[in-house]
Amino acid sequence: MIITKMDDLLNWARLSSMFPMTFGIACCAIEFMSTAATPYDLERFGMAPRSSPRQADVMIVSGTVTFKMADRIRRLYEQMAEPRYVISMGSCSNCGGPYWQHGYHVVKGVDRIVPVDVYVPGCPPRPEALIGGILKLQEKIRGESMMAPHALEKLMKKENTYADNA
Amino acid sequence: MPITPEIFSIVQSTCKHGDPLVDESSSPTALKIPVEDLHNVCQELLQDSATYFDMLSCITAIDNGVAASTIEVVYNLYSIPYNLHLMLKVALPREKPEVETVSNIWKTANWHEREAFEMFGVYFKNHPDLRHLLLPADWEGYPLRKDYQQQEYYRNIKVSY
Repeated sequence: MIITKMDDLLNWARLSSMFPMTFGIACCAIEFMSTAATPYDLERFGMAPRSSPRQADVMIVSGTVTFKMADRIRRLYEQMAEPRYVISMGSCSNCGGPYWQHGYHVVKGVDRIVPVDVYVPGCPPRPEALIGGILKLQEKIRGESMMAPHALEKLMKKENTYADNA
Repeated sequence: MPITPEIFSIVQSTCKHGDPLVDESSSPTALKIPVEDLHNVCQELLQDSATYFDMLSCITAIDNGVAASTIEVVYNLYSIPYNLHLMLKVALPREKPEVETVSNIWKTANWHEREAFEMFGVYFKNHPDLRHLLLPADWEGYPLRKDYQQQEYYRNIKVSY
């Protein structure tokens, strides 16, 4: 009972102030920026972009992930403090997008590097779509519990599969 | 833009290893010159008071494929005082494409040559710093070659879809 109430409080605190990392890799970043600007106003969800991974909760991977960038993204993700969430924004970071066949330099989905919580389709997604993804992530956080840390379990499983690949 | 007789004669008199050929099929019209003469021709075209090609607009390479077995390196020159354009081409064997660097003539050639090196594997002799420019340093293969096969894994990340 106490834990349930504690869960509610923690989840509420987490989902009401998800700080995204100021980080954009391609044209999706333009939509990300306009989502943060006045007309769509991310601040009403309690989201203020932070310029350091150490102060961020959410990484919005907005754009084409190249192999050269992959190491950097992995490192930025590892620098973020737990609990951390990843939104994959746009076709490129979901699955390689238009580069899926001939893009020798493109990682075919950022989920090959870091575990992804929410995928936002589109090329690029409109700000409304990104906000939809953010609300989806809020729903996901709302369902978390200290007794069953699904996110952590999932992460451990992912880490293992990455270790197997290596 | 057609090649003026004046430019042609300057190039011709500088070429010691064969005559320059006018390539009408390329646009703008190009001059095909022997590989060995490239550096001297570039130096002469820069210094000659009638041409003064003081700007190297671009260096790029073309892979003609396995059947033709040649790689061409293309130099686009521009003369600011005379408003002249010139395209020079050299053909290299595909197995061992080597050409003298022009980065000691035009500084801008440094990065252009590095890009041609990483994308096509053209080796520029006497280049001061022939590293990869855009690709990661440990990249295998030359991506813009016609017979390029992408790696299966790059740093344990699967490459194909």
